[in-house]
Amino acid sequence: MTAPHPTIPPVASRRTVLALGTGALASLVVRPAAATPEALRAAIAEFTKGATAQPGRVRLDIPLLVENGNAVPLTVRVDSPMTAEDHVRRIAVFNEKNPQPNVAVFHLSPRSGRAQVSTRIRLGDSQIIVAVAELSDGSLWSAQAELIVTLPSCAED
Amino acid sequence: MARPLVNVPARARPGEIIEIKALIAHPMETGFRTGPDGALVPRDIIHRFLCTWNGQEIFSADLFPAISANPYLAFTALATQSGTITFRWIDDQGGAQVHSVEITVA
Amino acid sequence: MRLGCRPVPAFIVALILAALVSSPEAADSRRSGFDDMSSGTQAMQRDDTANPGMLFVAEGEALWQAQAGRSERSCASCHGPGERMRGVAAAYPAFDEASAMPVDMQGRIALCRTRHQGADPLPREGKALLALEAYVAHQSRGLPLRPVDDPRLMSARDEGSALWRRRQGQLDLSCAACHDDNAGRKLGASLIPQGHPTGYPVYRLEWQAMGSLQRRLRNCMIGVRAEPYPYGDAAFVALELYLRDRAAGMLVETPAVRP
Repeated sequence: MTAPHPTIPPVASRRTVLALGTGALASLVVRPAAATPEALRAAIAEFTKGATAQPGRVRLDIPLLVENGNAVPLTVRVDSPMTAEDHVRRIAVFNEKNPQPNVAVFHLSPRSGRAQVSTRIRLGDSQIIVAVAELSDGSLWSAQAELIVTLPSCAED
Repeated sequence: MARPLVNVPARARPGEIIEIKALIAHPMETGFRTGPDGALVPRDIIHRFLCTWNGQEIFSADLFPAISANPYLAFTALATQSGTITFRWIDDQGGAQVHSVEITVA
Repeated sequence: MRLGCRPVPAFIVALILAALVSSPEAADSRRSGFDDMSSGTQAMQRDDTANPGMLFVAEGEALWQAQAGRSERSCASCHGPGERMRGVAAAYPAFDEASAMPVDMQGRIALCRTRHQGADPLPREGKALLALEAYVAHQSRGLPLRPVDDPRLMSARDEGSALWRRRQGQLDLSCAACHDDNAGRKLGASLIPQGHPTGYPVYRLEWQAMGSLQRRLRNCMIGVRAEPYPYGDAAFVALELYLRDRAAGMLVETPAVRP
């Protein structure tokens, strides 16, 4: 028994059709659009402006076995004194397999006190979540988590 | 837009780090779902959230369709002065929901 | 069994075991769906600012104060502040004298609106009626569900008990087959709860919205591939009466969060 995914459509999106090009239309296969590892890497590169983030200093608190992909609690923390001289400017969260790779970008400042943000996110499938933090000195740090998303039983259709 | 629920302590000491929580009713329609007629339901999400303290931005967020319906955000802020904390949610139609609370820092 | 150097006589072991089994703590094996959820979802329910169901309670409070219909009366005009409704939802469904049948909370609110406010009854399972139901039921949060003791409700409660045990649908399963016989085990990746209606209306993460017990029961019926009863059907009120009796003494959690 399967429940409908809120974020993965059962038909190809316009983006998928355009990406395949006109020549491939004859052999177009209808399949759900999804972010690819390339799209994830591209989204991260856009945030870091091409620079590489180092693993460390960022902590992702997220359940590794997800009860329902519609509302997954997420807390991201960065080890930082949050002073004017040394603070976190932005934290971005990305996903691997939803239809598009961005989840959120949080903008912080020394007025934040701590680099800690919580929210709830949607995950259409078991996948990797990546968090990248940009510090005031321009350095970039990252963390990732791999999650299993389960489906509930006895849904609407 | 919709009803917000915020949690901000009424009082704080200067230099104390307080926790702020904000929840608002919104379907956060992703734009990737198909409706009962088979057509894609158009995207309609809150894509920006701002929090200001006496007019100065202390926290903001760019939100994407991967944020859950009825979006919830919790973050921290350094208490420096009494005044007004204002929350602003902006959706794809350009509509904005604004909510303010007072805080005493002493 | 040996304690120290000497074996303990079998009858002493039996006495100890009997004492453990008969202790009050071991007698109530009922678990709310809350106990079966992950800690993240439990935290979502516990925190009134993180619980999306509280958005509906807040909406319900506004509707409670709003004038409605030809009478231009609000709920508050007759009932006073919502706090005065404490305990009411814990004892629902109730018997409606005028129509001589049991009525659930949404049904009662609709009747109040048409009979006393001259207003439209509001659509079943619509946002407004769910908000009002959530607001009223929330006033009973923390109180125990009261057992059904009105003799006029007994036949409906017994009908609910029979429906609970009736096999139905293409999968030919009764509610009892899963929620009595297999509660605590897994269906797919989901843990089967005992199915106590302690937190309705609930914010179900799967719906990304608030919903009533009837909506959840319809999901169950679809789950066994049975034709679900329509919203407002007397069979649902009968089932609710039975389920409330089965859960008597368990605490109201409205608004609950469930996966």
